[in-house]
Amino acid sequence: MVYVLCMVLLMVGLVGILTQKNLIKIIVSAAIMEYAANLFFVMIGYKSSGTAPIIVSPAEAEKFSRIAVDPFPQAMVLTSIVIGLGVLTLLVAIALRLYHRYGTYDITEIRRLRG
Amino acid sequence: MRRGLQSGELPRVKKMSVIVRTVARMVAGFIFLYGIYVVCYGHLSPGGGFGGGVVLACSFILLLLAYGKPYALKVFGYRAAKSFDSFGALLFLALALMGLVFSGGVFFLNAIQKTWPGHPLRLLNGGIIPLSNVAIAIKVSASLFLVTVVLAALRVTARGADRDFQSQED
Amino acid sequence: MVNLVAVLLVFMIVASIIAIWTKNLLSSVIAVGAVGFGSSAVFLLLQAPDVAITQTVVEVLTLVVLIRATVGRDVRTVSGQRDLLGAAVAAGLVVVFLAFSVVAIANLPAFGDPVVGRVPDAAATTYLDRGLPDTGAANIVAAILIDFRGYDTLGEATVMFVSILGAVTLLRSRSRTLV
Repeated sequence: MVYVLCMVLLMVGLVGILTQKNLIKIIVSAAIMEYAANLFFVMIGYKSSGTAPIIVSPAEAEKFSRIAVDPFPQAMVLTSIVIGLGVLTLLVAIALRLYHRYGTYDITEIRRLRG
Repeated sequence: MRRGLQSGELPRVKKMSVIVRTVARMVAGFIFLYGIYVVCYGHLSPGGGFGGGVVLACSFILLLLAYGKPYALKVFGYRAAKSFDSFGALLFLALALMGLVFSGGVFFLNAIQKTWPGHPLRLLNGGIIPLSNVAIAIKVSASLFLVTVVLAALRVTARGADRDFQSQED
Repeated sequence: MVNLVAVLLVFMIVASIIAIWTKNLLSSVIAVGAVGFGSSAVFLLLQAPDVAITQTVVEVLTLVVLIRATVGRDVRTVSGQRDLLGAAVAAGLVVVFLAFSVVAIANLPAFGDPVVGRVPDAAATTYLDRGLPDTGAANIVAAILIDFRGYDTLGEATVMFVSILGAVTLLRSRSRTLV
């Protein structure tokens, strides 16, 4: 059930990219898709009534895999979030340059102006 | 009708209020300290190099937002940010290559942990892991601050020429 | 727990719908901030504190960067002819994808039953059991990122470097004296 909600969030982002005309809205939709993807990864690794994968006392270090949630998708998502910030900064830099060049954020006008 | 900027004239920027500037100056040091804590204890509690590096960058960006670009560049200039960025990346690579140097080594071997293991759940433990956290934090914080300063610098006007706050760049 | 996560997800969906279809650009950016913070709360509920910390601070920086792009800019939207064909294609694509995803999700294991418990020799089981003796780090996620899977972190550092380099190069001002 929560997986389907995550897919709905992904679809909202995709519809935003496909139908919006404003460049900032397209960037916002890309950010929403990225949030949905990261969320899906971490949800796959969840264990019911599990604890965070951080060892607090050495007593529970043996057989830690019985009580902890899956740490693998968390590690992958951690790097993905920071990379997403870098990519978003690049997108905003491109958008600022386009605004400087054409004077508007409207992608239909950017297509028509020449030179 | 406002007249446009003449050549060589800097635009007048409204400063932030006294409350914002005072609180930013007081809080920025604590945010920096918190960032260092998140990085250094990354192998014992949640955090690590990435989150801690972003917190470190946030402390400088707070100064940029409250005081403006010239003051922020005095604190941490262009050349310093670029140097720290490259230095962080090279330090991470050097730590990875160090595994090759030791006997029976492979790339990214945790060589320090194998030869000098510490006690578990202590700060001086984990070998290469705290050092890599520091390297990544240096890299991430310098690059994020650099890109935000450059974003704040470009003064775009619609269908106008570039008019930066300073006429020369790096 | 599942109900709380579901409620937060519904909140995020509503916020994202507001973000995309509101007229004001600044409201759109703030709504995206709401989506990000809701995501951070869900990460905390799913027992992932490292990811929650990182998501929160990255969300703050995302808001700063996006507001830089929108404040003071021209926000007129050309409300010309509605692109009906584009909207229909988008709606059709969404329906097809949702149908496929419902079928695929029905084949996934249930929520709360990860690989660690089901598969006997999963990699994550080894990481959790041998994390503290082999690497000496109590934070298993940090141990995975730097010791067990260090190569991926090297790749991430490279990608970050290149994207920041691209952004800085794009925003460099062209001075008039250079010919």
